[in-house]
Amino acid sequence: MRKISREEVLRIARLARLEFNDEEVEVLTHQLSSILDYIEKLKEINTEGVEPTFYTFVTETPMREDEERKAEGADQLALREAPSVYKKFFRVPKVIK
Amino acid sequence: MNELLKKNLYEIRELLDKKEISSPELLQICLERIEKVEPKLNALITITEDIAGAQANEAQKRIERNETTPLLGIPITLKDIFVTKDIRTTCGSKILENYIPQYDGTVVEKVIAAGGVMVGKNNMDEFAMGSSNENSYFGPVRNPWDLERVPGGSSGGSAASVAGLECYVSLGTDTGGSVRQPASFCGVVGLKPTYGRISRYGIIAFASSLDQVGIITRCVRDCAMVLEVIAGYDPKDSTSSPIPVPPYSRLLDEGIKGWKIGLPVEFLSEGLEEDVLKGIERAKEVLKEAGAEIVDVSLPHLPYAVSVYYIIAPSEASSNLARYDGVRYGLRVNSSDLIEMYMKTRAQGFGPEVKRRIMLGTYALSAGYYDAYYLKAQKVRTLIKKDFEKAFEKVDIIMGPVSPTTAFKIGEKTSDPLQMYLSDIFTIPVNLAGLGGISVPVGFDRKGLPVGIQFICKPYREDELLRCAYHFEKTNALKIEWPSLEDVSPSQK
Repeated sequence: MRKISREEVLRIARLARLEFNDEEVEVLTHQLSSILDYIEKLKEINTEGVEPTFYTFVTETPMREDEERKAEGADQLALREAPSVYKKFFRVPKVIK
Repeated sequence: MNELLKKNLYEIRELLDKKEISSPELLQICLERIEKVEPKLNALITITEDIAGAQANEAQKRIERNETTPLLGIPITLKDIFVTKDIRTTCGSKILENYIPQYDGTVVEKVIAAGGVMVGKNNMDEFAMGSSNENSYFGPVRNPWDLERVPGGSSGGSAASVAGLECYVSLGTDTGGSVRQPASFCGVVGLKPTYGRISRYGIIAFASSLDQVGIITRCVRDCAMVLEVIAGYDPKDSTSSPIPVPPYSRLLDEGIKGWKIGLPVEFLSEGLEEDVLKGIERAKEVLKEAGAEIVDVSLPHLPYAVSVYYIIAPSEASSNLARYDGVRYGLRVNSSDLIEMYMKTRAQGFGPEVKRRIMLGTYALSAGYYDAYYLKAQKVRTLIKKDFEKAFEKVDIIMGPVSPTTAFKIGEKTSDPLQMYLSDIFTIPVNLAGLGGISVPVGFDRKGLPVGIQFICKPYREDELLRCAYHFEKTNALKIEWPSLEDVSPSQK
């Protein structure tokens, strides 16, 4: 069985900006291990020379004219749902030590 | 129960056009039904009575001027994944519990322009991640056919609303079966068109290369009518297709005589419940009666589809859901440190299934694993797509089950995520290949629960898909007695 370690779970959680208590880490370690173990069976398939499919039926990115369009009041609208605002900006906790 | 509730959309369309009923009257009937059954079903997160009232009045004025569109004056519900201007849009999550979008998505704009009457936003699995609607922050949805059972997911609220006669159509989304499977569990019709057929602009993203809007109705003709309204190219979605939208509902009548319908042999070896297998047998008979020929085909990479999906979908989700950081909208859990603020916000805002998938996706994309997991999965996806291409060289439509079982009990599968994932084996390959699929009721199992059958079409051949489903439905002539729900309470059940 493909085992994912407790440390690995904590490392991935940090990358994903998530935090878990000890009990949750325990459960996740077990669940992720069993899911990854199942997924391992992809290794059975030879994919040499096979191109990946990232999108289906999307052949090219459509282009449009580069025209100016009005977005009046868009800044105020964008801020409307923000949990914390300062003037015309989103406010976050201090990042400079 | 008012008999008008049981009618199909196309029948109501006629009554409205003939002015035998008005849109505000119809809305009132639906709202009364919602009031009665919603305490049992929990299919709606938000009921938009006032907005619907104004829309119904407006629609009635247009009807008086002898205008008509498929949706004009028709009560409709939307999965709470569609962003709706000034109407709370939660995506079934605590992190968006109080989010009020500043704009309407393209599909919503089209529904409004066509005169649809939006009565509410449907409950759903959080961020569309789930197959049972048990992952909603707003509580599970109950199946109208048996209140102790799940309606399927993730568009479980949408399917329960349509089967529960709260509305005539609901829009959902389907990333790995999220429209087709709940439609099957609730005895209604669920269409997921080809990737790119309907714009995704204004739909909260889960897995962008797989997500597609779907339509849930009580009959195939209704589905065709609604697809005409919402399909088409959108400059705001660069993955939407410029292929013209045909008048689907006018292309149904011609039969399917001489059509070849492929049944993949692998579909029958994946642990189907006996009653589901019987449904397949019944469907074969019906199709033969309609003049079609059943042909064996093969999808040799089917056994790998769930693995591929559970790498690709969580990977895309982990990236899409990075935006929920407590800065621009949604929940924020305060902290003096920025990183800690992100972590606490996300830890408290997301439920267990969403976190599990973010973890899985982050793992699959992380340094050292990208080639082994993510890239490998995308290559196997190519092989799955080629399996379909090869099968479609021989046949017009592919048929199969929707789910290995009928609706299961609430709580039955929640402890083992992998078992829940495996139940999507017949719907997932269709999303991976980008094809269109539809779920249509074929009959009922011994417990009285609906059994669905799935049809799959060639890219952008929804005309053929709907035509096949329509003639299947017509020939099958299944009589459905919709559950009344007005005399039982959950505790009595």
